[in-house]
Amino acid sequence: MHAIEVRDVRKIYRRYGRRKSFGTLKSALLSGGVLRHLRPDSKFLALDGVNLDVEAGRTLGIIGRNGSGKSSLLKLIAGIGKPTSGTVRVSGRVSALIELGAGFHPEISGRENVFINGMMLGLSKAEIARRFDDIVAFAELGQFIDEPVKTYSSGMYMRLGFAVAINVDPDVLLVDEVLAVGDEGFTHKCLEKFAEFRRRGKTIVLVTHTLDLVTRFCDEALWLDGGKVCGSGDPKRVVDAYLLEVANSENRTSTEAVPEPGPQPGSNGAGRWGSREAEIEQVELVRADGQAAHVFESGHPMRIRVRVRAPQPLHDFVFGIGIFTADGVCCFGTNTHIEGSVPHELSGSGDFTVDIDRLDLVAGAYRLDVAVHRQDGVPYDYHRLLYSFRVASPLKDTGIYRPRHRWTFGGGVEMSGPSGGQP
Amino acid sequence: MLANLRQVFRYRALISSLVARELKARYRGSVLGFFWTFANPLLLLGIYTFVFTVVMPGSRGGTRLEPYALFLLCGILPWTWFQTSVMESCSVLVAGGNLIRKVLFPAEILPIVTVLTGLVNFALSLLILAGFLAYYARPVSVGELAWLPIIVFVQLTFTLALSLLLSSLTVHFRDLRDLVGNLMTLWFWGTPIIYSMSQAPERFHRLLELNPLTHLMVAYQSVLFLEGPFDAWPALLGLGVLSLALLAVGYFVFDRLRDTLAEEV
Repeated sequence: MHAIEVRDVRKIYRRYGRRKSFGTLKSALLSGGVLRHLRPDSKFLALDGVNLDVEAGRTLGIIGRNGSGKSSLLKLIAGIGKPTSGTVRVSGRVSALIELGAGFHPEISGRENVFINGMMLGLSKAEIARRFDDIVAFAELGQFIDEPVKTYSSGMYMRLGFAVAINVDPDVLLVDEVLAVGDEGFTHKCLEKFAEFRRRGKTIVLVTHTLDLVTRFCDEALWLDGGKVCGSGDPKRVVDAYLLEVANSENRTSTEAVPEPGPQPGSNGAGRWGSREAEIEQVELVRADGQAAHVFESGHPMRIRVRVRAPQPLHDFVFGIGIFTADGVCCFGTNTHIEGSVPHELSGSGDFTVDIDRLDLVAGAYRLDVAVHRQDGVPYDYHRLLYSFRVASPLKDTGIYRPRHRWTFGGGVEMSGPSGGQP
Repeated sequence: MLANLRQVFRYRALISSLVARELKARYRGSVLGFFWTFANPLLLLGIYTFVFTVVMPGSRGGTRLEPYALFLLCGILPWTWFQTSVMESCSVLVAGGNLIRKVLFPAEILPIVTVLTGLVNFALSLLILAGFLAYYARPVSVGELAWLPIIVFVQLTFTLALSLLLSSLTVHFRDLRDLVGNLMTLWFWGTPIIYSMSQAPERFHRLLELNPLTHLMVAYQSVLFLEGPFDAWPALLGLGVLSLALLAVGYFVFDRLRDTLAEEV
């Protein structure tokens, strides 16, 4: 039983008004023809033949760059707007967390806003009355519920909006990046609520840039790019493919670009900069068997092989690497200067290799910095988060670092099965 | 279109709550609160009464419009409802853009709420009118008063039709609001509100009768002010039919533009 069925959906946004951001009747009359003015001037294909099935009770994460059509797809599923062609079918009650507290009126009390907002989301007055206490409790508003909403802090405002939307008790919950705006406590609370939804067999669709959330939380992932489905299925696989593509395209665009001093804004902090007095020409990740690879077993060796070139001989240079998680936590960073290597000369082509004997990281997606710079830090060529790799492990342990470890049991403890954390 | 209409009906509890919210929000945080809704019509009433009875007492050509203040009120109150509803409808979708873009929500609810809020204010202002009627000890026939709900219903239909039409069109043509604002002044003077139909020169009667509001105002004035039976009811019922047709057109246009609203507001 599919909770959501999307078939061959195309969505074309129309833009009106040639020069101005919005049209005026005067300009329509002057340029002749009101009807012509109502016709679009340019079209923008936001979704192009998207197919999607989500089974009831599954959690789907939608990822992709900004402008790839994620939110458009979510809005179509929510029923805000219709597809230009194709069909969207959703069974059950839908609640969309697109903007928390959209439609709150600042002048009236939280209580009244809860009722109106709830009715907008499709609840009856009696249903809201029944859930009212839950809503107030979740929002942690207490006495404030009878104060005008304009006096609320932004946290209270968001919590109340979330509480109302979540208490609609939808069969299908659509979430658009709302978690990105809250503080730690709020995000934690939301995630708990989502987990409860999953346990109760509800369907959740999550649009997010937090890839970690997709791999940890979702049963499936969908990767959109330019309005098309680029990948779907197992979240880890899709996220990896996505990261790889992001890294590659960053690489492509940055090598085409004229080198500029200072960091160039990338979509996720990735980028390339430097004076290019020395250049990183190639970065390869190699497994123990000598094969270039993208996926590495946890606890197995990984070799980073880098080809560099300096057109003019250099005497002041440092090579560095850094390993980061998908959401940007530094796992390890080092360079030749820190480790005491003294540079003598770099001229023409050369290479360096970093051998990691045991890649003791938990399963997940990681990204890599590779850089060559002066000892005072001025970059020759800095590749920030441009490379990605994945660590695979049969064990579902959590965290980042996976030290080699052993369990032993004694006394009255009896355990069977593998006694070590060896993968 | 019918499915959408059914949906609007399903949202009636929301509509009534939104009307209540509009009223509350408007009156909260203001000293005189409720009074402000009537400040403008009462001010107009005072000005016109002063000008036409004190400054230029002869200008009314010796007609039997006495007391003039009461006559004026019969026209100004429904006009205020009509004008504020139509003007607010011109901006209601843009102002509520957040809702339309972010929440699944039939957009026509917004202009409907605007018009209904106006209706509630109008109904309350009828209390003022009742006060005036009592003060001047005017005889009002119960048989004629029975027409009042019908007149109000015709005005409601007509206003709703215009509001739906204008609210969706102003999303595409933002200057329509300025145009409508100016047309309203013209419309006010082209409607027998501060003068009566009988004062207008004969040769303009046909022109005035082309104005739908003329029939409404004449109906209000006959029922609440003028003596003698209300005999203009065929015109009123005709306007009622026309308004229903216009409402269908207005809703059709709104429905056609519906999908563009979320992208344009």
